[in-house]
Amino acid sequence: MAVLLGFQFLVLRRPIPNMRRVIAGFAYVLVGLTLFLVGLQEALFPLGKAMAQQLAALSGGGSENWLDYGWIYAFAAVIGFATTVAEPALIAVSLKAQDVSGGAVSARGLRMAVAIGVAIGVTLGVFRIITGTPLPFYIVAGYIVVVFQAVRCRKEIVPLAFDSGGVTTSTVTVPVVTALGLGLASTIPGRSPLLDGFGLIAFASLFPIMSVMGYAVVSEWMRQRGRRGAKKEEAP
Amino acid sequence: MVAPADSTPRPRDIFVRVRALLRICTGSFRDLIPIIVVVAFFQIVVLQQPFPNIERVVVGLVFVVVGLSLFVQGLQISLFPLGEGMADAFARKGSLTALLAFAFFLGFATTVAEPALIAVAAKAAEVAGTAGFISDTEVARNDYALNLRLTVAVSVGAALVLGVFRILKGWPVHYLIIGGYILVIVMTGFAPPEIVGIAYDSGGVTTSTVTVPLVAALGVGLAAAIRGRTPLLDGFGLIALASLTPIIFVLAFGLVV
Repeated sequence: MAVLLGFQFLVLRRPIPNMRRVIAGFAYVLVGLTLFLVGLQEALFPLGKAMAQQLAALSGGGSENWLDYGWIYAFAAVIGFATTVAEPALIAVSLKAQDVSGGAVSARGLRMAVAIGVAIGVTLGVFRIITGTPLPFYIVAGYIVVVFQAVRCRKEIVPLAFDSGGVTTSTVTVPVVTALGLGLASTIPGRSPLLDGFGLIAFASLFPIMSVMGYAVVSEWMRQRGRRGAKKEEAP
Repeated sequence: MVAPADSTPRPRDIFVRVRALLRICTGSFRDLIPIIVVVAFFQIVVLQQPFPNIERVVVGLVFVVVGLSLFVQGLQISLFPLGEGMADAFARKGSLTALLAFAFFLGFATTVAEPALIAVAAKAAEVAGTAGFISDTEVARNDYALNLRLTVAVSVGAALVLGVFRILKGWPVHYLIIGGYILVIVMTGFAPPEIVGIAYDSGGVTTSTVTVPLVAALGVGLAAAIRGRTPLLDGFGLIALASLTPIIFVLAFGLVV
């Protein structure tokens, strides 16, 4: 706020239009942020934590075997998919993507690709928390796949794929997913919340990049195959 | 809102205002619906037990919806038009120093205000306090959370400076991103393991409600103002950089603290 005002006065030397609206908006921002933070403590954090604990208890409590936690994987996948498909920012980006790619990528297909990417990401992230395997290992492997894909993929899709990783996690989803990870890490024996609890958001941002580039390759391939099939029919 | 009891009521005015408030609430509510549906399904079908403290959670969710709506609405009527206009004006003005300075402060200011980042930083401080990574006092935790937020904010500012420079020079975005990845991998080897998870998460958290619209406006405005740059190709990529640099900076933060 102060920054914008400073630049407006010092550098651009233009008066601010609608001063009253700006002040009213600032009041909205303050009240809104306060309410949001209270709601965060009362609802979003407990929600994620309680789900993690109840589902862990359902899946055999203090078991060390990662196979015992089936419902947690299901919950992680469903929540990753559902929150992403409904994300307004993603809908806007996918429509733009449809334009840039000249129809090679459809808006709906892209949204599905991103949502499936997030679902896989969160599920794998939960698996990592349960098994307690080190996070850098997964992320580095993921980066290598992404770099390899970026080299092979059509150039237009690359910046889009990277951006779609960033837009997937909305303000409401982030606290719930963070609390889910921390709740899991504190419930499962032998996991430290500080070492194992974080990282779910990182997975949710990395996997859409892969799935979007993968989707672009697959849809390109299907289109070419369809075209070739059509040509064969025309030939005789 | 207080309804005027004895003064002449203006029903249309009130009606319009209530409708505007409801409209912004539905936007935030839409973010929340999938979570509610999924959680409700698992509670009823799988767990078959009542949710603990359901009343408090419901009240809290209402707070979240109303708070986030007011927050976004406030930004939309005041800061967004201002920021977008300025991003555009700076892009056209042509002074490189002023543009880069503006890019830095835009990234910094929007990230400090990001609600999702406030949430994660608070959680990280709480966990770090309980684990004995920092001393478990209110002051130490607030300090830690604030430092974490400032680190991320500086890194987003740096990302925008780099990204704007990239758009001006027309460098391909992959080199920067691949270079960044290599740096992340190398730094992960040195950083204390306690910070790694938080660092990776902060990359995804930064680009949210406040940052994305303003950053996108800057990128697209800039790419449109410079000849030979297509808005869609060069305008993108700022967000990708803004989610990469926080990882590097927070890892560095872990090395220093």
